[in-house]
Amino acid sequence: MGDVGLFRVWVFLSSSPLLWLTVTVLVYLAALWLYARSGGHSLVNPILLSVAGLVGVLHFTATPYPVYFEGAKFVHFLIGPATVALAIPLYAQLERLKSMWLPIGVAVVVGSTVAIVSALAIGRVLGASHSTLMSLAPKSSTLPIAMSLAEQIGGVPALAAMAVAVTGISGAMMAQPLLNLLRIDDPAVRGFAVGIASHAIGTARAMQVGTVNGAFAALALALNAVATALLIPLLIGVLRPLL
Amino acid sequence: MVHGFALLLVCQLIGEVAVKALSLPVPGPLLGMLLLFAGLLVRGGLPDALRDAANALLRHLMLLFIPAITGVMMYFDRIAREWLPFMAACIGGTAVTMIATALTLRWMLRVTGTTRDPE
Repeated sequence: MGDVGLFRVWVFLSSSPLLWLTVTVLVYLAALWLYARSGGHSLVNPILLSVAGLVGVLHFTATPYPVYFEGAKFVHFLIGPATVALAIPLYAQLERLKSMWLPIGVAVVVGSTVAIVSALAIGRVLGASHSTLMSLAPKSSTLPIAMSLAEQIGGVPALAAMAVAVTGISGAMMAQPLLNLLRIDDPAVRGFAVGIASHAIGTARAMQVGTVNGAFAALALALNAVATALLIPLLIGVLRPLL
Repeated sequence: MVHGFALLLVCQLIGEVAVKALSLPVPGPLLGMLLLFAGLLVRGGLPDALRDAANALLRHLMLLFIPAITGVMMYFDRIAREWLPFMAACIGGTAVTMIATALTLRWMLRVTGTTRDPE
């Protein structure tokens, strides 16, 4: 009797979008709590924790991803307006952008090109399939841009999301030791390099380091989103014989 | 706040429609972002409602990414098969990109003699 009642509740809940929307938000809050408890340790990345937790829950309850996404899509949808909202941090950096437009412009084009070409080259040499390569190419741009670009050039949006996540998390972890090794002292240059290479996740890390670091990372993130979208069709076209 | 959110949605909508109608090679939300940026340049100031809506969305950007990244569970077999090129391209590519960007910007700042406003 009790078991049948529980089963009915589960049947109702598991087919309602409310359950997986709620679980997504709660898992995220739990991951944020753990991240804060660890003192902001870069290995305890909130995205990594949340995704690992959700994959575990879905696996344990034998819930297929499309059923989960019926609920989670309400959160997912907000990526669009959030991308538009990146115009605001970009606008906030307007004065800096005006005074440093030439060095910044050159650094964006070089950084964005290196990001795309290095991902394609390493993947190609180590034998990645074509659709995996196309999912890797836009990995240094922020998630919504990378996902829709990957889809346009024949990649898989979910793999692009994974590549973006690994890029962001590894960039946030390697930034401080790597830039110290290169003896880059200027916080503007440090933040900018992190923002180009590892987008929003790197920017979140740069914001913890300092305000100049964070502001230049946000600027780099927004500019690289634009640069990647413009450079991807061009570079894929030029490199097509090699891919 | 609601006005700000409405403005973000309108910009995205215009961006998506323009991309579809003109078959542009860029994502719709990106065009929406450029449109909003251009609008702010013309207007010359950031309305409070827009700032509030943008901050609310951007503060929890990580939450918005989670459903899409969880979709990776459908591709576990491919990651298992191609984990080496996949991880090497992500991690190696990130290091190379960070080094190239940092050295380029530092060099360009020296060459052009640009001085940053001290903070």
